[in-house]
Amino acid sequence: MSLHSPIAAHTTGSTDEALLCVDGLHTHFELRQWGFLRTGTVRAVDGVAFSLDAGEAIAVVGESGCGKSSLARTLLGLHRPTAGSARFAGTEVGELNGAALKTYRAQVGYVQQDPYGALPPFMEVQRILAEPLIIHGVRPRAERWRRIEAALEEVGLSPAAEVAGKFPHQLSGGQQQRVVIARALLLRPAMIIADEPVSMLDASVRVEILNLLHRVQQEHDLALLYITHDLSTVRHYVDRAMVMYGGRIVEQAPVDALLQRPQHPYTEALLSALGDPDAANAGRPRPVPGGEAPSLIQPPTGCRYHPRCPHAMAGRCELDPPPPDFRPRPEHRAACWLRE
Amino acid sequence: MAGAPLLEIENLRLGYATERGTLWAVDGVNLEVRRNEALAVLGESGCGKSSLARTLLRTLPRNAHAPSGQMRLDGRDVLGLPEERFRREVRWVRIALVMQAAMNALNPVVRVGEQVAEPLRVHHRLGRREAHRRAGAAFEEVGIATDFLRRYPHELSGGMRQRAVLAMALVTEPDLVVLDEPTSALDVLTQASIMNVLKRIKAQRGVSFVLITHDIATSSELADRVALMYAGQVVETASAEAFFGHPAHPYSRLLMDSVPRLHQEQPPRAIPGRPPSLLEPPTGCRFAERCPKAYERCSEPPPEVAYDTRHRVRCWLHHRSGGGP
Repeated sequence: MSLHSPIAAHTTGSTDEALLCVDGLHTHFELRQWGFLRTGTVRAVDGVAFSLDAGEAIAVVGESGCGKSSLARTLLGLHRPTAGSARFAGTEVGELNGAALKTYRAQVGYVQQDPYGALPPFMEVQRILAEPLIIHGVRPRAERWRRIEAALEEVGLSPAAEVAGKFPHQLSGGQQQRVVIARALLLRPAMIIADEPVSMLDASVRVEILNLLHRVQQEHDLALLYITHDLSTVRHYVDRAMVMYGGRIVEQAPVDALLQRPQHPYTEALLSALGDPDAANAGRPRPVPGGEAPSLIQPPTGCRYHPRCPHAMAGRCELDPPPPDFRPRPEHRAACWLRE
Repeated sequence: MAGAPLLEIENLRLGYATERGTLWAVDGVNLEVRRNEALAVLGESGCGKSSLARTLLRTLPRNAHAPSGQMRLDGRDVLGLPEERFRREVRWVRIALVMQAAMNALNPVVRVGEQVAEPLRVHHRLGRREAHRRAGAAFEEVGIATDFLRRYPHELSGGMRQRAVLAMALVTEPDLVVLDEPTSALDVLTQASIMNVLKRIKAQRGVSFVLITHDIATSSELADRVALMYAGQVVETASAEAFFGHPAHPYSRLLMDSVPRLHQEQPPRAIPGRPPSLLEPPTGCRFAERCPKAYERCSEPPPEVAYDTRHRVRCWLHHRSGGGP
């Protein structure tokens, strides 16, 4: 039996709109000294726009400090956006409160990076999984157990009765992440946000978990926002990919187009810094742009990549921020003056 | 090009005392590293690769038993050296270590220049001025401006800290540098630039590396040779060409198929099952339980079959008398 049943809320939005519509989204954090002196602003998410259809999987790729986790947390309703809009099924996420926020969170599953940190160590798996069901009023106990059992079986943890009685530390990292995924699926969400779900796992377990996420995404026709720093884990698992740099999206495209015909120099740099295992790699230095990731407190003017960009055009790139939607091809957008 | 054998390891065993008996993290490992050669030791977590690194440097936790077997540096036994002589003659003098978490490898309240100069002052008994001059040269070699010598670790970015730790390992001009997951906490671009530094140093200095990692793609950026570990044992040792091109052990093949690739149509495949407990490892081949090619013979411990002089596989399928089911 499928866990998924459509929730009324995500059919009430206007019909021609995507499930998730993000437009001009900003999430800034004030830096304060002694708790009150404003000393600066971290522009973690600084003008992000994209949309995600029901049943579509999209990857957000970026290095640490690019704002990708702040974007995820804003979309989960954990941070209030400073400006701009993120609409889920027609509802503004940043304006949700109380009961509406609770309903929203039932529709969005969250898979964290560190599965051990995501599971309370003093609770048995059964208790961990019962918690969201109790909070969202699933009754009676037998119905809760039926759902927990189905979710555990679905993520490949069987026999469910045996796993349900274990504590997180009695499970391997891969099994812990399966429990986290089971929890994300329990309330039959319409969207899953997975923030670096495999970066703390071993190579072969990594593939298991990615395959599992892909399978549940396909089977339940879920929207998936997959956040990662590793471009090599994007192919085969998502439909589209976005590359984030300095709080902004610099390129978004169908995943094969992005990997084969990158349009932004930063995407090019990421791709040429990576390789598939090959003995020939050992002799060859890789081209790497100089400099460091940009500060989100005092970001570079103009294009945020211009200080590191080998193609930066003086008098242009350091002055004006490129609009995010030059279109080399339909569905392929790059924020780069070279593509004007 | 790789030269004479620098480090030779034979039948190395390392056990930890646990409540449930001895856990053999390294269980009969044979390895060789030649001069100016980079050996990648690959394996998933818990396979014993970090214990191997700690055995090389003799920085073992208290519950470790004394390692047994042979470990020779330039033909001289180092496993039997008393601790005092090991400290004076081997650790940080001939063999240095670059640790995974660079923030933990640096003392937060000491300027990085002092820390990079420290091994020279301790092991080479150099004066402050000379030690600092050489620390500056090491900084330049790994690509950090010498002004950063006066900074504290928290004032450096993650990539710069990792470079500083690398400078600390290189400053005493060791013959062998052990790199324990040197880039796994870093971003893609930082990782590539650190690997570039290692490639350059290998070419210029003739130093040997043991690169311990679970990241197969990154290991191919430096390795001349590869040793793959599974459940405390090396299951295959081969040249990088042979290992990345046509691995011989069934585990090596499955592991290579599990690597997500940018430029391959075929999606990666997971390896079913999990590694055995090192407390009660199977008596026969340790991979047999997960191996699609296992047959009766695999219930006996497989021999290390020498394909050619430097390509060895621990598998019955490759044994002359066996040759398969």
